[in-house]
Amino acid sequence: MTKKGWLYWLFFLALFAAPFYLTEFRLSLLGKFLCFAMIAIGISLIWGYTGILSLGHGVYFGLGAYCMAMYLKLESSHGRLPDFMEWSGVHQLPWFWKPFEHPLVAISSAIIIPVLLAAFLSYFTFKNRIKGVYFSLLSQAVVVVFVTLFIGKQEWTGGTNGLTNFSTVFGFPLSSPFTQIILYWITVCLLLLIFLFSRWLTVSRFGRVLVAIRDGENRVRFLGFNPTTYKVFVYSLSAAFAALAGIMFVLQVGLISPAMMGIIPSIEMVLWVAVGGRSSLIGAVIGAIVTNSAKSFFSENYPDIWLLFLGGLFIGVVMFLPNGLAGVYQSFKQRKGQREGKTHEAGSHVSRSVGGF
Amino acid sequence: MHKLKWKTFKLLTLLLYGGVFALSGCAASSAVDEMKEKTKETNTSETGDTVKVGILHSLSGTMAISEVSLRDAELMAIEEINESGGLLGKKIEPVVEDGASDWPTFAEKAKKLLQKDKVVAIFGGWTSASRKAMLPVVEQNNGLLWYPVQYEGMESSPNIFYTGATTNQQIVPAVSWLLENRGKKFFLLGSDYVFPRTANKIIKAQLRAEGGQLVGEEYTPLGHTDYSTIISKIKEMKPDVVFNTLNGDSNVAFFKQLKDAGITAKDVTVMSVSIAEEEIRGIGGDVLAGHLAVWNYFQSTDTPENKVFVEKYKKKYGKDRVTDDPIEAAYFAVHLWAEAVKKAGSFDVDKVKKAADGIEYKAPGGTVKIDGETQHTWKIVRIGEIQPNGQFKELWNSGKAIKPDPYLKSYPWAKDLN
Repeated sequence: MTKKGWLYWLFFLALFAAPFYLTEFRLSLLGKFLCFAMIAIGISLIWGYTGILSLGHGVYFGLGAYCMAMYLKLESSHGRLPDFMEWSGVHQLPWFWKPFEHPLVAISSAIIIPVLLAAFLSYFTFKNRIKGVYFSLLSQAVVVVFVTLFIGKQEWTGGTNGLTNFSTVFGFPLSSPFTQIILYWITVCLLLLIFLFSRWLTVSRFGRVLVAIRDGENRVRFLGFNPTTYKVFVYSLSAAFAALAGIMFVLQVGLISPAMMGIIPSIEMVLWVAVGGRSSLIGAVIGAIVTNSAKSFFSENYPDIWLLFLGGLFIGVVMFLPNGLAGVYQSFKQRKGQREGKTHEAGSHVSRSVGGF
Repeated sequence: MHKLKWKTFKLLTLLLYGGVFALSGCAASSAVDEMKEKTKETNTSETGDTVKVGILHSLSGTMAISEVSLRDAELMAIEEINESGGLLGKKIEPVVEDGASDWPTFAEKAKKLLQKDKVVAIFGGWTSASRKAMLPVVEQNNGLLWYPVQYEGMESSPNIFYTGATTNQQIVPAVSWLLENRGKKFFLLGSDYVFPRTANKIIKAQLRAEGGQLVGEEYTPLGHTDYSTIISKIKEMKPDVVFNTLNGDSNVAFFKQLKDAGITAKDVTVMSVSIAEEEIRGIGGDVLAGHLAVWNYFQSTDTPENKVFVEKYKKKYGKDRVTDDPIEAAYFAVHLWAEAVKKAGSFDVDKVKKAADGIEYKAPGGTVKIDGETQHTWKIVRIGEIQPNGQFKELWNSGKAIKPDPYLKSYPWAKDLN
């Protein structure tokens, strides 16, 4: 544990110190990847720990991002109508845009709206014991519904172009490197908090129930637990993480459009977690960072054939590392333990995944 | 024990972060200054004998089919300039990036080109969404973006030059011509996104002002392939003209199903704004024969410059390749930029922008001129009929280049639009 603790600690320290050794451009990329890492933690919680495969987390990410973007758009319009409304024939700010003039309303609704949606959705599906592939399909359908809605209501959402061209946040210019560094640090802090909270959750009794639900939902029910409550809670929690990621994403990237909440990004999110190792929180974080860094690296250096490299990476990981990057560390440790003649404490899959790394 | 250690770990972390935070707070401002110093030192890429420009199009994803040929045209133009001795004594070095049909990627790569490679200009984009994604990046970094595709207008960024048509150089003259030559009853059909919706808003206002009649307006999602309902509506309404702003694969489905339903160009004229020679290759000239499209350039446009251009392009990239309007606009964008650089005597963005006003270039489609006020281009409008061999037969052209008017300020009926 202590050794592991040191590793975590070093990892986050490296992230925290990034502004000192990365250029402005690389830092903004890393900031974006850390937002993705937040989503990955949420997906690891529901998929790796609870066994719910959601292919629709783009929606929660998108809703969070849009709420924040509405505030930014209003702030950069300086009391005038946002530009896309003008050319879409809207003459007055729609009523539901008005509250977003206040940053607190924007930020709180950026989290509350996705969480409510997730809770509503998951309550009715899990209560009716819809699970497995049916739930995955349902979550995809929600994505399609929202993307279609956001594209169709161009006069309210900016259509396919989405919301972009922001200038300031709370009066600070978004383009200044100083604001970007502060935003980056806030992202690291949030990621750390999310990580610690999830970590605490998974080692607690609650986490053990989640794993039990994954491995045998009926048995959990016979033992007197109500799996629905647990599943709804953890699903809404992961939606909240995705929404938080959306807020930080918009602030750092300065852009949100329906394409980013679509089916492909939603599946990509699951892919990050698969690469990192789904039943490991830190694995999910590393998976998100590694996958996206690889994407940037390959596409910068080989703009014509980079997709082949990325595809190769995915196939390689799935074929040779079924438990993702985190699985490599685990098997390495296990082998070392065996060599030293000790029986590893985490023999069974259950306790291993509860253990984390 | 397990828990205890975990708690200590948490406590330690928190403490350390507190410390780091305090330290970094002081250090951050100096870091920012340092960074500024760094950028000052290498503010341009004019080091040595080369100068870098960025080329940012989708080389993968759904848009790749259209955008790859723009990259080819731009690379060809850069090669031409280098062969004739380069610019201000320097060779141009293109840095190619893939926008991957993904809008945040466009923003990311534009940032990379400006901040890391320090390019003096970027040529790139196709969709409006990709342009909107790059716009804040080029404005914040004072970059220069050359955007080569026709679009919906209502924009004029100080850091973008638009070499494609805006609405008054494509849609508006096409509607006037149709009203005069084909009839008053219009049916509007488009993909569900910003360009068709904005275009149709303009068309509706123009129809009201010029005595046209709107009989239907339909939108389908991008990638939609079932047009039977819409075709039966067209059959029922009997419009004179279908104004088509569909994009991508949907066009294949729509035109094939239209032909299968027995509707030919003799019954209803379909006027398209997003179908050029490249798209005709994908749909098939026989399916489209007789229908119309409006552009500023056709491969068949008869100018001496175009003969050379088409020949060179085919020789370089293959006999089966075709040229079209966006390809031409991407090609002459590079040359216009080079002319502006020569006039300015510098690669500096502000100087080039200033020098660009009124610069002319003999493009394959006719002489083009930069309008300094809007940073759009003066262009000739052409309406063509699609031939079975996939080429256009020009039916009409505006004769002289039309002044760009992205906000349609010179049209009284467009007052309510903005």
